[in-house]
Order: sequence, then C-alpha cells, then structure tokens
Amino acid sequence: MLVTGVARPLGGRFVRRILRDPEVDRVVAVDAVPPGHHLGGAEFVQADIRQPGIARVLAEAGADTVVHLDVTGTPLGSGSRATLKETNVIGTMQLLGACQKSPNIRRLVVKSSTNVYGSAPRDPAVFTETTPPKSLPSGGFAKDTVEVEGYVRGFARRRPDVAVCVLRFANILGPAADSPLASYFSLPVLPTVFGYDPRLQFVHEDDVIEVLRIGSHEPRRSTLNSGTFNIAGDGVLLLSQCARRLGRPTVPLLLPAVTWAGSLVRTLGMTDFSPEQIRLLTHGRVVSTDQMRETLGFTPKYSTAETFADFVRSRGPGLLPPETVARAVDRIAALPVPGGSHLPTQSANRGALQR
Amino acid sequence: MTDAKVIPFDDDHRSRGGAAQRPSRRRGAGSRRQGTGQPAAVGEVQPLPGVASVPEDDPVSGADEQAQEQVEVSAGDGSGGLERRVASGLAFLRRRLTGEYDVDDFGYDEELTDQVLMSLLRPMYEKYFRVEVKGIENIPAEGGALIVANHSGTVPVDGLMMQVAVHDHHPADRHLRLLAADLVFMLPVVNELARKLGHTLACAEDAERLLAQGELVGVMPEGFKGIGKPFSERYKLQRFGRGGFVSTALRQGAPIIPCSIVGAEEIYPMIGNAKTLARVLGFPYFPLTPTFPWLGPLGAIPLPTKWTIQFGEPIATDGYPVEAADDPMLMFNLTDQVREQIQHTLYKLLVQRRSVFF
Repeated sequence: MLVTGVARPLGGRFVRRILRDPEVDRVVAVDAVPPGHHLGGAEFVQADIRQPGIARVLAEAGADTVVHLDVTGTPLGSGSRATLKETNVIGTMQLLGACQKSPNIRRLVVKSSTNVYGSAPRDPAVFTETTPPKSLPSGGFAKDTVEVEGYVRGFARRRPDVAVCVLRFANILGPAADSPLASYFSLPVLPTVFGYDPRLQFVHEDDVIEVLRIGSHEPRRSTLNSGTFNIAGDGVLLLSQCARRLGRPTVPLLLPAVTWAGSLVRTLGMTDFSPEQIRLLTHGRVVSTDQMRETLGFTPKYSTAETFADFVRSRGPGLLPPETVARAVDRIAALPVPGGSHLPTQSANRGALQR
Repeated sequence: MTDAKVIPFDDDHRSRGGAAQRPSRRRGAGSRRQGTGQPAAVGEVQPLPGVASVPEDDPVSGADEQAQEQVEVSAGDGSGGLERRVASGLAFLRRRLTGEYDVDDFGYDEELTDQVLMSLLRPMYEKYFRVEVKGIENIPAEGGALIVANHSGTVPVDGLMMQVAVHDHHPADRHLRLLAADLVFMLPVVNELARKLGHTLACAEDAERLLAQGELVGVMPEGFKGIGKPFSERYKLQRFGRGGFVSTALRQGAPIIPCSIVGAEEIYPMIGNAKTLARVLGFPYFPLTPTFPWLGPLGAIPLPTKWTIQFGEPIATDGYPVEAADDPMLMFNLTDQVREQIQHTLYKLLVQRRSVFF
C-alpha cells in the first residue's frame, strides 16, 4: 500500500492505524518533507509527488492500493498557496499517471472535499453525490478539488479494472485537525457575515481514518466501496450555534466588508481566508450521507454536534464560555424570585444543559 | 368542496378547541404577558452582563415565552405557575445563549419558530388581518402533503400567514415547510429568518426530500408572476410555473391540497411597476402603490384587509403508476385541476366577502 501526504497529522495517523490491519503487509509512506511524527514502522520515502520520480517509487513499492491524501486546503509549514495548488493538482496528475502505468494497482482512494459543490443561494438545501453545482468554485482549494476529481474520473475511465473511491469529506474537525475552518474557529473573535447564518457539517478525524480504511480494503459483504461518497457527521450546526458553543463572540460584518477584509488578509499573507471560505460562511453547505450509509456501509461514530464538542474540548474556552453564560442566567434566575421553590427546576435545567 | 366545514374564528372556540392539545402556545403567553409575566421577565433580562455582544434573535420576547413542556406541567396555577414559567423562560434563554438547541438539515429551528417567531407573526395574523381559516381538516394529520396556494400581495406575507394558520389551527401540531424563491436566500437577514422558519428553496430536490420525510410542504407555483401582478388583475390566477409541483407530488405519492387565500391581494395595491429601478436593484419588480414609495416607510404599512384562507379537499396522487410523473399530459391535467379548484374557491369566497376590510 502506498500512502501520500503522510507528513500531515491525518496521514500519519492513517498510516499508523492501517499498519495494524492484518490485510496490510507493507506500507510505503510518501511525502515531500519528512514527517515530524513517527509512522509506526512504515517505510518512509521522501519523494515529491509533483515530480515524475513518483512513478519509480510506485513501481519499486509494487503497491496494489494507493491512498492519495495529499489534497489539502492548508499549506504545511511555510508553503505558499501556489505550491499547495501545485501539490494538489500537478501532484495528483503525476500520481495518477504513475498509477496508470502500474500493473499491480487494484484500488485507489482519493481524499476530496464537499467543497466541490460550491456554495450558492440557488443550490438545493442538501447536496447528493449527483447534484450539479450551480456555480463552480472559482478558485482556491475548492477549485483544486474539482480539478482533482476531474483527473480521477479520467483515470477511472482509462483503468476500469481499478476500483476508485473518491471520498468527499465535509469540514474535518478534531483535536489535531489543520483544516481552514479549524483555524477560523481558533480566532478569538469570529467575523461573520451579517444577515446570514450558514449551516455547517463536520466530520471527526477518527471517522475520517475509519472511512479511509473501509475505502482501502476489500469491500465488506453487501457493500460497495468504489464510487463517490459524501462523508459527514449526522445533523447540522449553525455558525451562530458553533460560536456560542465555542464561547467566542461574533462580529457581524457586511458581505462587501468581509470580502474586502478577506482579500486584504490574503494579500498580507497572514492566512488563506479564501473566497470559497467566505462563501461557505455565508451560504453554508449540507450534504446527504445516504450513499455513505447504504452503499459504503459506514456509520460515523461522531455526529456533527459531537465532533464540534470534541473540537471545543481540545481548544479550551473562548472569551464567553457557555458555562459562564449559563451561570449568569442562573444567577439572574436566583435573584428576583424569593424563596427556594424554584430550585428543583434549576437543578433540572442544569441537568438538561449538561446532557 | 361545497360542504367544506367552516370553523368560526373567535376566541371562545379557539380556547375550547385548542386548549386540550396545547394550552400555552396559542393565547396563553400573549394574554398572560400583560399581567404578571412581562415585568419580571423583562426586568431580569436587562442586567445580563456580557451578553450584548452575542447576537441573540430576540432574548426579551424569548424570555417571556414559555418552554412548552414545563407550562403544561404547571397548568397555570397561581404564583408557583408564574415562577415555573419564569424559570422555563430563563431555561429557554440559556439554551439559546449556549447554543444547545437543534436545527434540521434545512436549518429549521423548531424551538425558535414556536417560541419567538410565531408569536411575533401572531398579532399580525390575529389582530391586523383577522385571518379566518376554513377547511383545516383537509390537511392530513400525518404523512407528506403538498399545499398549493395562490400568491399575491407584492410582499409574500400570504405564505407566512398560511404558516401561522397551519401552526395554530391544525389539531395534530403540524408545521408547514414553505418553498421560497431564490431571491429570499440571496437577501441578508431574510434568508436567515426564512431558514429558521423552515423555508427552503423551491426546487424539486428539496421538495421531494421534505415530502419523503413526511413533512407538510407549502408551495405557491405562481411565483413572482402572481405576487407582482398589477392590482387590476387581482384574484386572476397566473400560469402555474411548469407544473413541477405536480410531478414532485406524484413521485412521492403525496396528496395535493389546494389552498385559496383571499385578502392578500389588497394589502399593497400595486398600481405601477418601476421596471428600471427593479432591474438596477436586481428585483423582479419594484411596486408602486398609492402610498409607496411616496410616503416613505409609512407607505410600506400594508392595508388592514380581512383575510380568509380556505384549504380545499385533497387531490390524491398515490393511485397513479410510477411512470406517471414523466407523463406531461397527466401533469398538465392535474395542474389545471388544481388551478381550477383554487380559482373557483377564490370566486366563491369573494362573493361571500362582505367588504375588503371587514
């Protein structure tokens, strides 16, 4: 098995996990930079997937399964957006070219994102795998994923003998997630778009690892693991809910101001606050996970709300922790009404809150 | 249809008929609020420190509204009931402020709709337009159904009033999920409120998903043609889109319930249309009424017309074969049938109407 993008925490975790599976004999981990974390005994090959050398690595490894995780929205270390785009798009092209030449390969798993659907007011509320986007993403990571999926579809046409599994992940969150949304939620004060409350969906890192495993092994009985699947936790959180659960105040800004600030931040090179990101935080996006359940046979362990709760625990409290707000409301409840007759209700409420 | 049962719209009937099901939601909070509930609750919300920066939809009116289940326990007896109401109001406030509430995939916030948004719309519904509802029993108690209504009034108030009508009058506590034009989801604030009220984009995917979940879906197939038609064409139904609602209902086997709304046409008599301005602003029309925009914001107050909403007898769609949804002839026939039924009911209601305002 050959895994790309292992220098990232997610790739590293996946390699360590997959090594424990009995079906896996040997894992060749590939990335352009050496990983900062250990890989649990996998062979690390330092190779840049943008270079044709990847074909030699693949041929020497003789892998029958390729898991392509090097499609990411945030640069590693001090990489620029241009290098990231090259790794995403050119890297995928080179890797697929290498795969096409390889006689051994049987299975290809590609990490994609629900960004391919874009985010527009004219879109249906819930995207299925077959919903065509009303407005194609114009740039940034979202456009990369659209292009990557295009090349993968071409590869699947040319090599019908290879089982191709494209996993469109919703926003990945978790204690170690390095997605753009995770860095957004780490801001002390969250800028939001005035008059919009987007619906967001999250998927937990643990579930990501699990579903990647399902994709990279033989399908279990009565399931099929080739095709395109949306991967997301159950349920939906509104951005306002996220901010309150995170305990971070929001600053509603008018849409033109947000766009302008986003481009300013981008020009200064502080963070990749792309137009795609702004559109997601304006209109939101929800995908249907029926295919994931019925065809892929995967049920996520964490719902959207649980994923977010886990993320909140790992980040520590914000400026307005929900517990403090709740306590303030309690104190007000205790103030004006004399006597203790409503105390049972209070404790009942507290129980309901902590549930 | 001719023998549709008329439900008199007076307070006695409502409190007698509705109290058994939901004692608090309809009138309870509103009438009791003037008494003891309001000063206590409002006074308590104000000193809350540090909450000002958290955007809350309506903490004040939220606080004096009741968490339903707790009110049902209290059943309004004396001071203990008041205390519990205050406590449950604060519990509601706390749930809102800490984000511990659920929304569905479409962004529908049932709690906020029931406790806050409906009670904001209700005065308009009860006191201003004095809506009279007929034939509510034609809406099934469970399962998906598609309510098809006429659309009028320059500003889509009729949809909201229909939602209040179903919410307040249906014995099985059904919630109407309206399908709205894409313009609604482009406008700031409007789109946020629409999503929280359970509205979604009028497209086949969303409608089918909602019907498959067994929801009650409301659609106004005339769209902008109906709502933006001049005053001289009032109560003349426009073309019903491309009849997509029929094939959606056929595919899900959901009954179609025709609904006629009388009174909405006259709230903003549209005597002109500033087309150039509309094009500049990106709206489908820009209404000119006898008062708007001449009187400024004052001119934007709707006329206090008397409304009647009549739900007609359901048209079953489950008897057709699977391929019927792709049969254009059948689709046109069904569309015409629905359209005719709404138009006839409109004329009948207009004949019965004493005056526009009473």
